[in-house]
Order: sequence, then structure tokens, then C-alpha cells
Amino acid sequence: MNNQRRTVLKSGSGAALLGMLAAAGIITPGMALANWNKAAFDAKSMADTLKALGAGAPADSKDVQVTGPDIAENGAVVPVGVATSLPNVSMVAILVEKNPNALAATFTLPADTEANVQTRIKMGQTSNIYALVKSGDKFFMATKEIKVTLGGCGG
Amino acid sequence: MGNPMKIRAANKDGVTEVKVLVSHEMETGQRKDAAGAVVPAWFITELVAKHGDKTVLSAEFGPSVSKNPYLAFKFKGGAKGEKVTVSWKDNKGDSRTDEAAIG
Repeated sequence: MNNQRRTVLKSGSGAALLGMLAAAGIITPGMALANWNKAAFDAKSMADTLKALGAGAPADSKDVQVTGPDIAENGAVVPVGVATSLPNVSMVAILVEKNPNALAATFTLPADTEANVQTRIKMGQTSNIYALVKSGDKFFMATKEIKVTLGGCGG
Repeated sequence: MGNPMKIRAANKDGVTEVKVLVSHEMETGQRKDAAGAVVPAWFITELVAKHGDKTVLSAEFGPSVSKNPYLAFKFKGGAKGEKVTVSWKDNKGDSRTDEAAIG
């Protein structure tokens, strides 16, 4: 544990990041986010997020469905769902391209759980959302654009 | 401790559909208050759903999941009266567990 902390501190950007997080109150002493994939959730761009998830360059697949409204009047609550007919799905992730951090959520699915999840996410602006699905050892992706209306009056 | 979650689990044709509504602020850490100070991030990081002792879903959330997160998923198995347990943990170390019977 301590060794890892040293390594992080050694790299300049790591130190700056830690300082920033500490100042923002995100990191408090003794707090353990052991399993949470911090690198993936901190990544800003799509490419960095995919790398942090170990997904590399996923192939587009018609067998992955992203559901959501075409136009979301309230970007704070956008219902989205991911479903796929691909076999052996072990992981599903939802990414929003233009959010400050692309990754919204990941779901780990045991064998008996169907690859069909729904949730609600926040979107800062009109953006493509991506559904990433891990089927067997391979990653697949599908996308959908959701327009976010600011002002909430449907204009 | 947050407020109780609303959990609904229904079995139909051997598949149990679970819907969870969690009560949580899900503050992103991007917003500023009236004085211009950044409101610190406060969000659920991990959520685990279990059917009996068996994990049926584990999720990791970022701050861009909506306030009072909603989640729906389905798993094979489950019978009326059996328990589904959902627990979450947030980035401040708070946690909560609630359970519901499959109907």
C-alpha cells in the first residue's frame, strides 16, 4: 500500500492530482475505495476511459442496443438502458462522450444476470452516449446521440 | 446513513426483475455554491445486489449517475418470498443496505 502511494507521489501529475483531490475533499485519510476503478472514472476522454477499462478499441456491434430519449429536456436525469443479445456478457459500461469524465457507470454481471440494465445519468450537453459490452474476451460498443435541451422548456 | 432505498423485485417466468431507487445526493464536484466555492463531490461508488448469498449485480458509479440513482436489471432464478439485498458505499465511506422480498 505504502509503496503504491510513493510511486504515485513520485510522478508530478500524480502529486498534483492527489493534492487537488485532497483539497476537494474527495480523498480523506483512511478511506478505502479498494475496488472502485479510479483510473477509469477519472479519465477525461473516451480513449483514455477505454484504455483504463482495458477495452482497447472495441468493435461496433449491431447486437448491442442503447436505449434513451432522442431529446432530453433535463440533462440531470436522462434515462438510458443497455441491452445485448451477445453471449457471455460479463461487463456493461455506459459512457458519455462530452461529459467532464466520460465514464458514468460500469456493471459487472454474473452468469445468471441478463445483459439488460437501465439507469439514469447526467449529461452536461448534447453528446453521443456509448454502451460498452464485454462478451467473452472481446469488447463491443454501440452509440446513440442524445440531444440535451438547456432551459428545460423543450425549445 | 442515507435514507432507505426503494427496492422492488418481481419474478415472472423464472426471471426476477429488480428495480432499485436509491436516495443519494450524487454531487458531482463540478458545481459551485453561491459563494463560488466548489461543492465537493459526494456520490455512490459501488453498489452490490444479492439474491440470498449470491451476487446478481455489482455496479461502479461515477458522479455522472443522476441524483437518487435508479437501476433496473434482471436475473434468472429467484422465487416469491426470497430476499434481494442491495447495498451501496459512497466516496465519503458511508454505506447502506436494504432488502426486499421477491413478489
